[in-house]
Amino acid sequence: MGKAWTFGENMNTDEIIPGRYNITIDPVELAKNVFCEVKPEYAKTVKPGDVIVGGQNFGCGSSREHAPIAIKGSQAKCIIAPSFARIFFRNAINIGLPILECPEAVADITEGDDVDVNLSTGEIFNRANGHRYQARALPDFVLKIAEAGGIVNFLKTHDIQDLLN
Amino acid sequence: MGTLVEEIFSRKAGRQVQAGEIVLLDVDYIMSHDNTTPLAIKAFREIGKPILDKSRIVIHLDHAYPAPNVLAAENHKKIIEFVKEQELPNLLHQGVCHQVMIEEGFITPGAIVIGADSHSNTYGAMGAFGAGLGSTEIGVAWVTGKCWFKVPETIRVELSGQTQAGVYAKDVMIHIAGLLGMDGGTYRSVEFGGEYIANLPMHERIVFPNMSTEIGAKCGLIAADEVTINYLENETPARRRVLSESKDPFEALHPINPRYERILEIDVSALTPQVACHPDVDNVKPLTEVEGLDVHEVYIGTCTNARYEDLEIVANMLKDKKVNPLVRVIVTPASDRIYKKALKNGLIEILMDAGCTVTGSGCGACIGRHGGILAPGERALTTMNRNFIGRMGSPLSEIYLASPATAAATALTGKITDPRGILV
Ligand code: SF4
Repeated sequence: MGKAWTFGENMNTDEIIPGRYNITIDPVELAKNVFCEVKPEYAKTVKPGDVIVGGQNFGCGSSREHAPIAIKGSQAKCIIAPSFARIFFRNAINIGLPILECPEAVADITEGDDVDVNLSTGEIFNRANGHRYQARALPDFVLKIAEAGGIVNFLKTHDIQDLLN
Repeated sequence: MGTLVEEIFSRKAGRQVQAGEIVLLDVDYIMSHDNTTPLAIKAFREIGKPILDKSRIVIHLDHAYPAPNVLAAENHKKIIEFVKEQELPNLLHQGVCHQVMIEEGFITPGAIVIGADSHSNTYGAMGAFGAGLGSTEIGVAWVTGKCWFKVPETIRVELSGQTQAGVYAKDVMIHIAGLLGMDGGTYRSVEFGGEYIANLPMHERIVFPNMSTEIGAKCGLIAADEVTINYLENETPARRRVLSESKDPFEALHPINPRYERILEIDVSALTPQVACHPDVDNVKPLTEVEGLDVHEVYIGTCTNARYEDLEIVANMLKDKKVNPLVRVIVTPASDRIYKKALKNGLIEILMDAGCTVTGSGCGACIGRHGGILAPGERALTTMNRNFIGRMGSPLSEIYLASPATAAATALTGKITDPRGILV
């Protein structure tokens, strides 16, 4: 259960976290300024388990990892978008921030809706209007990385081969 | 059986793989540079395990080298200390990372090379899979030698015909960026082929995979052929691939009965010089539509278009002429090797006599850190690959992308100028 925060199309890494805040890679510090220009109230009132609902090509721009780190640091549960920019997609998975592609959900969810996401099945339930949407289930290896809290943590206790076993 | 990327991945996986699958593959080389290595070092330290194979790590100092400020100097220091501590054999500062990777022979057909730089796609010109990743993954690959990939779908760009005089690979690629758009290749492999590519020398081919990044592609590929093998044999030091010792290090893979998501057919014969206009790479216009627009700087450099042949085109056009004295014309050879050859053959003298400022090799003005930063309200015409707002300095400046020939013509007049009227 979490509140939906909606964002527009082509949300780039600078809009997620402006370059001037990228001097740190501390998730908590970064989270203080996440979306500060496009939605300043987000960082102030986001609650653990809230859900980011983005537009097409979410996370485009630079290959810097600060953007997904900032979102993860804000304790959002996951991001739902119709599509993600390529390097953002990888970076999010590797730092353990689950991302779901589901255009139907994005089209139907409005800001503030109460949204439930089952990461292992990909089922999204919008309590606000009772609608259900199905994103593709996240591959097992993505869930493993997310459960470990990112690929770096995963590797502390596992061999990389374990990802696909 | 499959597209070129499926073939490359299948060879590495030792089984047939298909688009959509997730695979975990050995990587041949792991590239990073002065901007991205510090974060990779951090990930590496956190993992707390040793480097798997030091010979596979290649680190470049190129983005801000020699250091233009204290921050950059600290980065370099940190990297050099790490290289010393870990006794890494490949620390290079001979030019733009991607050019140096290719000319030093790190890139061979069928190889898988990852880089903490978005233009690592460039390696596709040699029939290798090259892709840009975040720094954390580079640290992970140092330790594991592996990387996970989702096998991408492929867009085939089939190019036929021959370009007219004054029209180059850059014009063709800018045209393609305009057609496919900034996210037209997202998650995809973009395979360039056809009669036009087959006849193209290596220095022109490199432009296509290099700028596949601009359309969001995971990789841009050209199947290796005779041109590739000749380039490797004649231009690069013999360097066996680290992995696959038992296999042919120059294995030229081709698509076999490929299933493409989409095929884009383009006849380049009628194409005229193209310009990607401020502020987006897909804001593409025929040069004639923007001709006469004033520029304040002409920048000839970067991993896209600062190879020897590019400098030769420019020198031929500027020989015994003077560039507009009110315009800063900056030439940054992509690598020291290119610089030395240009020096030896008299190109540098021609460029300097014409009024160009020639800088040391590297990324130069490309990322707005040094070597030609733009002031608010200024406009540059450059041979770069991207024109993001503020990339070369002030967010109030404008960047126009074009071929080296268009850059040379524009340098002479100080206005965007068609090279076809000036070419000798
Ligand atoms: S020349 Fe420019 S595009 Fe190429 S690697 Fe350097 S900064 Fe990146």
